[in-house]
Amino acid sequence: MTADEDKTALIRLFHVHRHFHAARALTDITLDFYRNEFLFVTGPSGAGKTTLLKLLYRGETASQGQILVDGMNLARIPTKQIHLLRRKFGIIFQDYKLIPNRTVYENVALVLEAAGRKPSYIRKKVNSVLRTVGMEGRHTALPPSLSGGEQQRVAVARAVVGDPTIILADEPTGSLDAESAALIINLLKTFHTRGATVIVATHDRELIRSIPGRIIYLQEGRLTSAPTV
Amino acid sequence: MLTMKLHLIRALQDMRGNRMLSLVTISTFALSILIVSAAMLFFVNMGDMMDGWRKGIRVMAYLQDGLNATDRSHLKVRMENLYGVQQAVFIPKDQALSRLRTQMGRQASILENLERNPLPDAFEIQMIATHQSWEKVEQLATAVENLEGVGEVEYGQRWIKRIINAFNLFQLTGTVMGVLFFMAAVFIVGNTVRLVLYSRRDEVEIMRLVGATERFILAPFYFQSLIQAALGGVLGLVTLYVMYILLQSRISADMNSSLFQLRFLSPATLLGIVGCGMLVGWLGCHLSVKQYVKV
Repeated sequence: MTADEDKTALIRLFHVHRHFHAARALTDITLDFYRNEFLFVTGPSGAGKTTLLKLLYRGETASQGQILVDGMNLARIPTKQIHLLRRKFGIIFQDYKLIPNRTVYENVALVLEAAGRKPSYIRKKVNSVLRTVGMEGRHTALPPSLSGGEQQRVAVARAVVGDPTIILADEPTGSLDAESAALIINLLKTFHTRGATVIVATHDRELIRSIPGRIIYLQEGRLTSAPTV
Repeated sequence: MLTMKLHLIRALQDMRGNRMLSLVTISTFALSILIVSAAMLFFVNMGDMMDGWRKGIRVMAYLQDGLNATDRSHLKVRMENLYGVQQAVFIPKDQALSRLRTQMGRQASILENLERNPLPDAFEIQMIATHQSWEKVEQLATAVENLEGVGEVEYGQRWIKRIINAFNLFQLTGTVMGVLFFMAAVFIVGNTVRLVLYSRRDEVEIMRLVGATERFILAPFYFQSLIQAALGGVLGLVTLYVMYILLQSRISADMNSSLFQLRFLSPATLLGIVGCGMLVGWLGCHLSVKQYVKV
């Protein structure tokens, strides 16, 4: 745990289970995530890392148990208010999930447009974030014309532009070369130091070693240990 | 206001991005509007023609022989007291013969050899404008026929009744066709929106993940449908107008222009048609979106 961390729990999971018919993706997960901590969720493929992340932003719902995010009980949020939960998160995916027929600028601006921000604010903020991720010269480029590393930087920009409380990254360096991966790691560190809680699901040991943070181990959907590094 | 502008811009961008689908939708709207409005144009003009004929309907009451001036005077009062009668004008048999001569023109010479005037005295009964429906004319004729001193009653020709009946049948068919086109248009628009939604389900999913509300995601689809419906409506009506102009001179030449004047749909009707088209667009979109959101 770093010196800046706040020891109050931002996310709490109580005996959370997630199963798909007979298959158990997660079993009896009880876990706290603290404000401003940098946390890795690791384990082999199929261990339930992505499912755990999806449960946090209600991309999936728990089959059993309770999840609290910043005081919101996810089981009780009406469908019409899920967007309020999602705005607390900035999500980075391994496959970037950028809208291919929209420009870099439009992809990033979408978050602020959806939140009803003013055009002048959007312009200023998007330009600033694109500068931070090193994409300032590529505003009008379409995602398919970008390299994997560039696309992931745009995805990071989109994740942070709304100043989210929590940044979720699912295998953020999984499809990238070493150089691009290092750049993404540095960006995650930057936004962590600016106050965001960062949760990264990865089995990339290099990434885990590069940033001091708590590590959660998952094995066949179970929490095997949660040591403090 | 700002959000509306944003939705409108996104709707236009989406239409540009899905040109082919948009063109198909606009063409479908244009065709549906063209067919429905062409039927309306036909009914409006046929209606005018029918009205002209209806206004020409007179009930003629031919009198029995031997009625004196007092009897005729009483009969006139009784006729004018009947429901729906504006006035009863007495036409003496001599005047009737004189009219017949005028109408026959050169052939009037055959009347020269008549020993006596074969035409009876008559009353021409004019009806109040609001009582000129066929049923009311028939009712009045029966009532007049039952009056003492009236020999025979004549009103219009059977063919007018037949045409009016055929027109009513056309109107019914037209209404049914209109409803069918309405349903077909809703179905086609719904399917187009559904296709667009499915082709962009990844984009919709991404929007949901970044915290966009359903309203924010789906509003452009509504705008898109409204714009397409309005464009299709205007295109259909412009096509109809061009066809009307091309046909007008031909129809006018074939028909007696003093009897019947061809006219185009009124601006209010045109606006109403475009408005209905937009309603169809909205409804088609709404049904698809509702289904999509459930999925």
